This record gives sequence, structure tokens and C-alpha cells, in this order.
Amino acid sequence: MTDHIDIISVDGSARHRAQKRFKSYGLLAIGLSLTFLFIMVGSIVLRGSSAFKQSFVQIKIELSADAIDADNIKRVRFGKLLKQSLRNKFPEATSRKDKKQLYKLVSPTAEYSVRKQVEANPTLIGTSAKLWVRTSSDVDMYLKGYVDANLDESKRRLSDLQLEWISLLQRENKIESRFNTKFFTGGDSREPEQAGVLGAVIGSALSLLVCFMLSFPLGVLAAVYLEEFAPKNRLSRIIEVNINNLAAVPSIVFGLLGLAIFLNFFGLPRSTPMVGGMVLALMTLPTIIIASRTSVRAVPSSIREAAMGIGANKVQTTFHHVVPLAMPGMLTGSIIGMAQALGETAPLLMIGMVAFIVDVPQGITDAATALPVQIFLWADSPERGFLEKTSAAIMVLLAFLIVMNLVAIILRRRFEQRW
Amino acid sequence: MENEHIVKSYDEELTQIENMTLVMGGLVETQILESVTALCNHDQKLAEKVRVDDKAVDVLESQINDLTLRTLALRQPLAMDLRSVICALKISSNLERIGDYAKNISKRTQVLADIRSVGTAERTIKRMGEMVRKMVTDVLNAYINKDLAIADEILLCDEEVDYIHNTLFRELLTYMMENPGNITLCMHLLFIARNLERMGDHATCIAEQVHYVVTGSVPEENRPKADKTSQMIVEENCESKE
Amino acid sequence: MIENNDFAPENTIISSKNVDVFYGDKQALFDINLNVAENSVTALIGPSGCGKSTLLRCFNRMNDVIPICRVDGSITLGGQDIHAPNVDVVSLRQKVGMVFQKPNPFPKSIYDNIAYGPRIHGMTASKAELDEIVEESLKRAGLWNEVMDRLDKPGTGLSGGQQQRLCIARAIAVKPKVILMDEPCSALDPIATATVEELIDELRERFTIIIVTHSMQQAARVSMHTAFFHLGNLVEHGATSDIFTAPKDERTQNYITGRIG
Repeated sequence: MTDHIDIISVDGSARHRAQKRFKSYGLLAIGLSLTFLFIMVGSIVLRGSSAFKQSFVQIKIELSADAIDADNIKRVRFGKLLKQSLRNKFPEATSRKDKKQLYKLVSPTAEYSVRKQVEANPTLIGTSAKLWVRTSSDVDMYLKGYVDANLDESKRRLSDLQLEWISLLQRENKIESRFNTKFFTGGDSREPEQAGVLGAVIGSALSLLVCFMLSFPLGVLAAVYLEEFAPKNRLSRIIEVNINNLAAVPSIVFGLLGLAIFLNFFGLPRSTPMVGGMVLALMTLPTIIIASRTSVRAVPSSIREAAMGIGANKVQTTFHHVVPLAMPGMLTGSIIGMAQALGETAPLLMIGMVAFIVDVPQGITDAATALPVQIFLWADSPERGFLEKTSAAIMVLLAFLIVMNLVAIILRRRFEQRW
Repeated sequence: MENEHIVKSYDEELTQIENMTLVMGGLVETQILESVTALCNHDQKLAEKVRVDDKAVDVLESQINDLTLRTLALRQPLAMDLRSVICALKISSNLERIGDYAKNISKRTQVLADIRSVGTAERTIKRMGEMVRKMVTDVLNAYINKDLAIADEILLCDEEVDYIHNTLFRELLTYMMENPGNITLCMHLLFIARNLERMGDHATCIAEQVHYVVTGSVPEENRPKADKTSQMIVEENCESKE
Repeated sequence: MIENNDFAPENTIISSKNVDVFYGDKQALFDINLNVAENSVTALIGPSGCGKSTLLRCFNRMNDVIPICRVDGSITLGGQDIHAPNVDVVSLRQKVGMVFQKPNPFPKSIYDNIAYGPRIHGMTASKAELDEIVEESLKRAGLWNEVMDRLDKPGTGLSGGQQQRLCIARAIAVKPKVILMDEPCSALDPIATATVEELIDELRERFTIIIVTHSMQQAARVSMHTAFFHLGNLVEHGATSDIFTAPKDERTQNYITGRIG
């Protein structure tokens, strides 16, 4: 028989308590950060989700053939027809003030929407068409429940009369909430109901493309040279320290640099994704170099030895073996840099990408804005309608980020090789 | 062995092999002495003891066999260790043969119990026995002390044993020719002398092994040999010719 | 005894004369004079850090990569000084191949692993020729039957022993004269070790093999000559059978018998 072996744990021991305490601290920290993340994302989603919906009102418009020249639709003043229809619908609005209120039920851009619909369907001409147009932002806000009808009339943007009309239209089922495609297909606008993020998304995408094209090859080559070829001496150490420092330089400094060099010295067009991309490239370059160096260093030296052992020279060894093996790491580092660049506002402000630009950019030399700048602009706007747009744009930005990270993961998987 | 092995149990095993070989050697020494004494004193009891004790020698030999095999398999000895393990194996087998010869002498002693001895043959045999025993003693000393000088001396000693053997051979031949009634006795004595001579050869073999353990090379093959009995013939005038 | 003991074999292929190697201020090898016989297996043994791997790496100038490493003295391959200014390191390494401690196949297909060397050296004109070299190298490495139906599979998917033989096949694909092996079996199990040893046995008819090993038994099994290194010195060089049964130097004796020297 062996002696009694004591392996029963004693719960009360100090060692045990310390371990439990540490575990609970850890859980607390994680729980806390998860809670904050949840609150942040939750509040954004709560506030922003309504932006994906837009109220439409059905209006019966007399599209008499006399008033509309089918060959010259661009010239037709649909605004007049629209106002006429509204007056027809609510004949009680006779005073100038009431009429003005009546017209404000629909979006100021409604006439363009009517024209588009007629253009798309010319058979409507000569009939009395029932067309859906956007309500104005104020109405939209009211319908989404952001405006308290019990407030004193003077304290809200809709008058009692307007509210009456709206409830009448609602009773007649002439008001509908639809998916707001304009938000994803349109550029910026002064009118919240008309504003979209496509311009900003394309602007961001183009900037990032330029940024990637510039910073990835430069960064990878710099990293490979520094790791594999550069002699390890004082100079290379100074360069290394400076690269590390550059990664910590505030981004606005890069913006100033871009302004001074790209715009003022080289005279490149301002507010364009090209210059934006170049500035972002300056900013992400250190990140990419550092990440790439790390992944080059992580390639086992046995692979280098194997290649050199059968007579490959330095360049062959590096580009046939080391770089392909380091590629997943380099790509991941670059995508992280890109993600950082995607969220960057400050340097873009300096090179004029903060301008109000309605058109969706068609190329890297068109004036454009970027998603974070767009968010900044909208958050700054006084209109009630832009509040939800801001949150919605943040959601788009987050989605953009998730897609980028997904691409990073997929690329990693594809390039990853075991050794 | 001035340096110890990193693995202590390896050292212990090597020492154990060596010790067992020495124990076996000691036993065999006694066997030689006792068998010859029994012969000369016609001591049947002692002769019987020699025959019984041979079992112990055999058991020791097989134990040494097992231990060396174990060491070879587990330690894979090299260089000096390899030589000493292999030599222990060979030495033990040589000692076992010597033991067998002693046993054979005792058997013959029992046969010769009632036969009257002739001439000086028995005294010569006793001298031979003592010489062989000394050779074994010396060779075992050389083995423990890794003493090359003693080992090489033994190689020379064997010559003397061979000379005595030659002389005895001649002497016994003469007795047999003189009186055919002596033939039984002389034949047995001849074989006993032969056994002793073989023991000397085995002792020489052991000395060679010791030489190999110490130097790593086998001694040159020009050591003096004097065993000429294989060339002796009986002539009409009872003289042997070389 | 396979060969006489003075060790300037007539058919010397690699010879080092008064070789000193320094890593920075630290001297790793002291005045090494070693002659390696052609078409034989020479084992370099010795405790860790004794400089045997360093010497091995001198033979194909793998030490060039280490900036602080300096090699003095002369090393000749077939009579030519390998440090001569007109020597092309790439061609040298083609002639003196190397197999490493850890099997290090490229993370590519088995075929590409073998074909890489011939490709970069421009040894083949056509795909058919390349196929032939791949097949021949794999056959010679005793791996062909095991991998012939999965040449397009990654070399890293093979077992340890197969990977090491793949590395040997890769080394012989560029038709070297000498193959340096740096502890080729230390990461392998006994069965895989046996296959590699068997392979070495077969290869020595065509190639000169210099093998660094920590396994005395392995050195005794595969090599014809053995050189023992201690603290950067070449202590003893001779026929393997002599070294392992009756070494002349006490340091060799202590090392191979596992004594505290």
C-alpha cells in the first residue's frame, strides 16, 4: 500500500484565491469592453436603421399631353404640375402661407423624381398618373416618430395643418415607407431625404485603391530590402528607428505634408482621390513596412538555407521563397493599414476632400469626398434628417471595414502555406 | 579508468563485468591447484570437489555472457569500453575452458586412483600445474591493473610450459615403450599434461586480450612457441627427433 | 582497416589547409587541415559547439551569409580554391549540395521541390528533360515509388523521413559532386533514420558525402572516415573502424565512450 497522497485541492488557500481573483478581473475587463462595444454599435444601429427607410407619398398628377412635350421632357416644368396636383388634392389650402406649407409636404426634389418616372414610362403622358414621390425630410422625421405632435406648434417644424394633411393621406393609404435605395445610390445632397453615401463610398474606395497601389509595393520592397539585403549597420538602424517613429506621427501632419507637396508644389488637383490616396499611402507606409518586415523575419531561415544550399542566389531566394511565404503576413499588415486609412479624416481635410460634392466620382481625378469625411459633414449639419444619415453612414463604414477584413482573411487563407 | 562515464550505471556495469570475471578467475585458479594436488596426492575427495565446483564456473560464465550482451545492447560501448566488454566475454570463455580441463584432470585422477605411479612424471606435472596456475594468477592481475608488462611476460611464460610438456611427452613415451603395462597410466598422464599445456595456451590467449584491451591492437604473432609434440616421432632407439 | 591512417588520401576532393574561422572576435575553428576522400562518406563528430557544422558550412561557403564570419586559410575543391575571386558561389553550391538538420522542403509540390534547382541553373531545355531529372533524382533517393502518383502534392505533406529524402533528392537533382549533410537524421525517428542511412550507403558510390552527426553509432555505421573535433580543433581523423575501436587521442576516447573529458 502506498501512503496517502494528498491531491485534494484546498479552495480557501491564498494561491487559489489569487487565481480566482485574477480570473474574475479578466472576465470583468472583457465584459466591460464588450458592453461598451455593444452600447456603441447598438446606439448607432438604433439611430441609423431608420435611415434605410424613406416615406413616399402618392400623388395624382395630370400629365396632359398639352402640357408635356414628349420629345423635350427636360424642358417640362414638372414642379408646376406637382404643385397643381397638391392643390387639387387639398383645395382648402388657399392662402399663400398654406400653399407654401402644402408644397413642403413633398421633397423639393420631387419634381425631378416625377420627371424621371415619366421619362422611364412615356405612356403615362396624357393620363392622370398616380406617382409616388419622396416626402420632405420634416414629414419623414415626423412619420418615423422623431417629432412629438403634442408639442406646441411653434416648437416643431410641422404645423397643425400639415399634420392634418398627413393623417388624411395616411388614412387614404397614400403614404408608404419604402426601402431608401437613394441612400446607397446617390451622392451627397443638401436635402437629407435625397442624400446618399455612394459618392463617399466610391471616393473612399478610389482613395484606398491609390493608397494600396502606392504603399503596398513600396512597403513590401522597402521591408524586403531592409530585412534581406541591407547591411546591418548604423544607417539601417537609424532608418529602422525612423520608420517606427513615422508610424506614430499624427495623421494630420501627413495631411499638411500632402497639402504642401502634392497640392502646392506639384499642383495636383485638390479634393481628388488621387491626392487623398497619396496622402493615405504616406500614412500607411510605415505600418506596412513594419508588418512586412515582421512577416519576412518570420519566414524560417531553413527555407533560405534550403534555397541557397542548392545554389539559388540572394534575389532568387528572396523572391522565389521568402516573399511568397511572407505574403499572407504582408497582406494582413497592409489590410490593417488600409483599414486605418479608411477611417482617417484629418489628412483628407487638409487636402480639400471635405468639399460638398454631389456627383459620384468617376475616376481618381474627380473631386470626391470620403466616408469618414462624409460622416463628419453630416454630423455637422443642422437638419434633423442628417442625424439618422450620420449613424447610417457609420454603419456603412463599419460594413466596409468588415468586408476589407474578410478580404484579408480570404487572401491569407489563399496564400498561406505550411512549412 | 581515470574518467568516469556520464552515466553512472554504465560505470557500474563495466565494473561488475570485470569483477565477475575476476571472481571466475579466482575460482579457476583454485580448480587448477586442487586438480593437480588431487592427482599427486591421489585425493579422490578433492578430485570430486573439483568436478562439482566446475558447475559454479559454468554458471559464472553464463552470467558474464548475459551481462556483456546486456551492456552491448543497451550501452553500445565504443573504443576502450567496447574492447573491455568484448574481452571480458572472451576471457570468461577461456577461463571456462581452463575450468573444463581441470575437471578433466580430476576425472582422470579418479581413474588413476589404484594405479601406482611411475618415475618423476607426477612431480613434473605438479610443477607444470603450478606454473599454469601462476600464469592464470598473473594474467588476472594484469587484467585488473591493465598492466601491459605482466601481460607480455606471460606470453613468454607459455614457452616454458611448452618445454616441460615436450619433456614429459618424451618421458612418458619412454615409459610406455619400456613396459606396455604402463600404457594406461601414461596415456592418462599424457592427456593430463596436454590439458595443462592447453590451460597455458588459454592463459596466453587471455594475456593477448589484456594486451588488446590496453593498446587496442593485437600483439604480433612472433611470440616464442615451444610445443613440438605435434612433430615428435618414436624412433627405434627411443629418441625423439624434431 | 579500410584505409591507411595518414589521411592524405590520394583521391582527395576537398581539402582544407590551415583553416581558421572567426565569428567576430571569437575563433570557432583553429588551424584545420582535413582531406576528404572522393566517393566516400566522411563523418564529422564532436560535442556541440566544437565547430564541425561551421567547417561543413565552409565547404559550400554558406558562412558567407553571416556578416561577422571570417574564414582564413584555404579550402580547395578538386584543387581549386573555393575562395578565389573568380569563383561563383552559385556554381560552388551547385557542386557542393547541402542537406540540413530539419527537413526543409519548400512549401511547394514535390515536383517543384526537385525541379527548382535544375530550373534556376538552367540545366534543362525542355519539360521532358526536367521530368526525367525529377524522376531520376527521386529514384536515386529511393522515394520514387512512394510519391510517383502524387508529384503535385505539397512536399510538406510527406512524413519526416520522406521529407528528408526529398531534400536529398532535391540536392542531387543539380548533380553535385559533394553532398554536405548537417545532422540529417536528428529530427527523424529510428525507422526514417534507417532509410536515410541506407540511402547514404547507396549514394556514396556516386557522391562524396560529408556528414555531421551526433550519433556515434550512425557515424560508425555510415562513414568510412571519421574526424573528431573538440573545441574548434581537429583532434583525430582516421578510418572509422580505428576511431571507434581504438582511438589514439584521449579526448576522442572520452567523447565516444561517453566519459566526462
